Amino acid sequence: MYVAVKGGERAIDNAHAWLGEERRGDQDVSELSVAQIREQLSLAVNRVMAEGSLYDPDLAALAIKQARGDMIEAIFLIRAYRTTLPRFAGSEPIATEKMACDRRISATFKDVPGGQILGPTFDYTHRLLDFKLAAEGGLADAPEGDAQQGDVPHVLSFLDGEGLIQQEKQGAGTPPDLTREPMELPADRPLRLQSLARGDEGFLLSLAYSTQRGYARNHAFVGELRIGDIPVEVDIPELGFAIEIGDITVTECETVNQFTGSKTEPAQFTRGYGLVFGMSERKSISMALVDRALRWEELGEDNLGAAAQDEEFVLSHCDNIQATGFLEHIKLPHYVDFQSELELVRKLRRDTMAGADCTHTQEAAE
Amino acid sequence: MTDYNFAYLDEQTKRMIRRAILKGLAIPGYQVPFASREMPMPYGWGTGGVQVSAATLTPEDVFKVIDQGADDTTNAVSIRKFFQATAGVDTTEETEEATVIQTRHRIPEAPLNEDQILVYQVPIPEPLRFLEPRETETRKMHSLEEYGLMHVKLYEDIARHGAIATAYAYPVKVEGRYVMDPSPIPKFDNPKMTMPAIQLFGAGREQRIYALPPYTKVVSLDFEDYPFEASKADHSCELCGADDSYLDEVIVDDQGGRIFVCSDTAYCAARQAAQSDAAAAQYEEISA
Amino acid sequence: MLVTATSTSAMQGGFNNVPTEAARQFRAIMNAIARPGRIETLGGATPPAPMSVAAGVIVLTLCDPDTGLHLAGDHDTPDIRAWVQFHTGAPFVPAENANFAIGRWEALSPLTIYAHGTPEYPDRSATLIIEMDALSTDGAILTGPGIEDSASLSLPEIEALKTNALLFPLGLDFFFCADTRLASLPRTTKVTEGGAI
Repeated sequence: MYVAVKGGERAIDNAHAWLGEERRGDQDVSELSVAQIREQLSLAVNRVMAEGSLYDPDLAALAIKQARGDMIEAIFLIRAYRTTLPRFAGSEPIATEKMACDRRISATFKDVPGGQILGPTFDYTHRLLDFKLAAEGGLADAPEGDAQQGDVPHVLSFLDGEGLIQQEKQGAGTPPDLTREPMELPADRPLRLQSLARGDEGFLLSLAYSTQRGYARNHAFVGELRIGDIPVEVDIPELGFAIEIGDITVTECETVNQFTGSKTEPAQFTRGYGLVFGMSERKSISMALVDRALRWEELGEDNLGAAAQDEEFVLSHCDNIQATGFLEHIKLPHYVDFQSELELVRKLRRDTMAGADCTHTQEAAE
Repeated sequence: MTDYNFAYLDEQTKRMIRRAILKGLAIPGYQVPFASREMPMPYGWGTGGVQVSAATLTPEDVFKVIDQGADDTTNAVSIRKFFQATAGVDTTEETEEATVIQTRHRIPEAPLNEDQILVYQVPIPEPLRFLEPRETETRKMHSLEEYGLMHVKLYEDIARHGAIATAYAYPVKVEGRYVMDPSPIPKFDNPKMTMPAIQLFGAGREQRIYALPPYTKVVSLDFEDYPFEASKADHSCELCGADDSYLDEVIVDDQGGRIFVCSDTAYCAARQAAQSDAAAAQYEEISA
Repeated sequence: MLVTATSTSAMQGGFNNVPTEAARQFRAIMNAIARPGRIETLGGATPPAPMSVAAGVIVLTLCDPDTGLHLAGDHDTPDIRAWVQFHTGAPFVPAENANFAIGRWEALSPLTIYAHGTPEYPDRSATLIIEMDALSTDGAILTGPGIEDSASLSLPEIEALKTNALLFPLGLDFFFCADTRLASLPRTTKVTEGGAI
C-alpha cells in the first residue's frame, strides 16, 4: 500500500506524545485510577454521562482522565464512542414515582407526604476551603436511617386533584430520536426536552437565569426536585414481558409556574420539566426553566423576543460538542479564504483611492 | 483500528448517508437533511466530508485529501490517516491518480475527470444563512425560489463598495433552480464547478448533504453590468512560474517582503518536476 | 426464528462481505444516478426470481429497517419477502408510503400514488426500481444534469417520465434493472422521443 507522508504527520505524532506526557503530569505523583475518578469526582462523571448521552460511570471516568479534566473534551469522547454502539432495544419509559430517593425537596410546600429529604447536598455548607482534605483528612460517618418503602408520589400531583395545574398531554407513540434523525424545526416538546437533556449545562444555566431576570420571566418555583435510583426495564417480545436491566441515577425537577390564563385557558399553574442522568441539580432546574420558557406558544403567551423563548435559537446552540467544534475550527488554516479577502480589500482600496485621486484632481482643476 | 467497520461507520449509518447522497444527486443544489453522527474528530473539522467519504470509498479507491489546496496541512494529514487506518485505501498526493478527493476550501487546479469524485467539507451549507439565521425561514425561501434577499445583498455591496464584496463561498445557482453555497472555496474556483467529476458536499454539524452530478450547470450569481469575475493575486508562482493557478501569499521577512506560491501543492510540485526534467533533458542534449 | 425451507433459501444470496461489497455496489449505483442513461453492471446478490440481480443489489445496498419497501405485482411473493426481510429488515408498505418500490412498469403504475416530496423537503420522495426485460442505450433522448450533451436509453414509457421531470424539484427517481444491468433516470432528466434528431 502506497501512503503519502510529509512533515505534518510527524508533527502530529509528536504533539500527541507530548499531550500524553502532559496528561500524566509529574510522574513522581501517583497516577489517578479510573475508579478514583468515578468515586471521588462523581459529579464530574455525572455531567459527562448526561451531556455525553451515555450512562456508564466507568467510561465517563476514563474519558475525564483521558481529557485531562476538560469536561467538554470528555463529553466528546463519550459521544464519539456511543455512536459506534449497536442499539439492541428501547427501554420502557422510566416511572420516576418509583424512585428510591436520595434527595427530594419541594419549595412550594412546607411539608409533603413522603417528607422533605435533604440528601447529600452542598446547599447549606459554608463555602470554606477544607484544608483537612488537602491533608487527606479522615471521614466522619454519616448516620443512616431506614429506607422508605413504596412509591414516592410527585408533589405536583397534589395540585392535580384541584385542577390547579395544567394537565400534560400524553405523547403520541415513540418520541423522535435526535441521534438517529436530523433535527427538524419547529420541534415538538419531546424533541426539545431530549435536546435540552444533553445540552450544555452552562448554556442552559445562563438562559434559565436570563428568564429569572426578566427576559421572558415565568415565575418559577421548584415544585419538586428529586434525585435517586430508578430501574430501567426493557420489553422482550419473545418473553412477552419487560425485564429489569439495571438501575440508573437521575435528577428530576418539576417547576410550578404562575399562569394567569389566556383566552382559551383558565388561570392555573403550569410546569417546566427537567430530567438529567446522574446527580445534576443545577442542570435539571435550568432545563425546567428553559422548557417552560419555550412553551409560550402552546400556552398562548406572548413572544417577548427573549432568547429563552426562541426554540430554533436554543436548540441550535445548546449542544456543546457542536459548538466547541465549530468554534475551535477557526484554528484550522483559512489562508486561502483570507488570501481572497486580502485581494478583495486591496482592490476595493485601490478603487477608492483612485476615486479619491480623481476627485482631488478635479477639485484642483476647478 | 481493525476493531472498527470498513471506513469506520456502521453499515446502517452508511446506508442512510448513501440514500441522502442519491437524493442529493437527483435534486442538484438542494440540501438533503441527514442524521449526521458524532465522529472521532470535532464538528467543524470536516466531519461532513469524512462521513460522505466513508460512505463513498471502496477498497480499490486511491484517496487524496487537501486542505487549503495542500496535502500536507495538518488536518488533511489527520483525515488521510484516518481512512488509511479504517478503510485501508491507498493514498496519493497526485490529483490525476486519485479516485476520491476530499477537500477543504479548494478545487484542484488539474481538471478532474469522469472517474473521480470530489468531496467537499462544508461548514455552513446554507447560502442564505448570514442573511436570515433561521432554518425555518431559509427552507421556505428555497421552496418558493425566493432569492431576492441574496440579490439585494449583492446589490448593496455594489452600491457601497463598487464591487461584490464576497471573495470566497461565493453563492452559485444550480441548473437555474437552487442557490447553493459552494463551500468556502475562493471565487477563483467557482467556474471549475461545472465539471466531469461527481461533486459531493457534506456538512456534519449542520446535518446536510448536497451534490452536483457531472456537467451540472453552476452559475455564480452576478448582475449584467457587474459580471462575476474569478479573481486571484496578480502574480505568478515563485516556485513553478504558473500564472493560471490560485496563489497563497507568503511573508518571507520582517520587512513585509512576500512571495506568491501555488496553493495547490500537487500542481506546483508536478510543474517543478516537469521543469527540472526538461532542464535535465536539455542539459543532456547540450552535453551530448 | 424458525428455520423452514423458505428461510434457509432466504438466508442465501446476500453479499459475501457486506461492508466492502455494499461500498462497491453503491459506487455503481451512484454512478448510474449521477450519469442518467449510462449502464452500470451490478453483482453480488442472487435474489429469488423474478427479482433481477441489479434490483436485488439495490435493495441490499440501500434498504434497511428505516426504509419502507413496496413490492408490486409479481414481485410480491413469499420468497422475495423472506429474502428481503432476512437481509435488510425493511418493512413492507403500501405504495403511498414507500421509500422504494420494486416491480415491472405496469405493476408500479400509476406514478401519482407515490410520495413526490414536498416543496420544503423534495427529498422525501419515492425511488422506483423498475424491472425490465432488457436495457440498452437507444431509444429516448435524455438531457440534463449528469449528461454532457445527450444520452439515450430504452424506457418503458415516455409521457409519464416527461411529466415527472416537469414537477422538479418534486418528483420520483428511477432505477431501471435488467439482469445485472442498471441505468437510472433522476427527476432532473428531460426526456424526448428518440430518432427526432
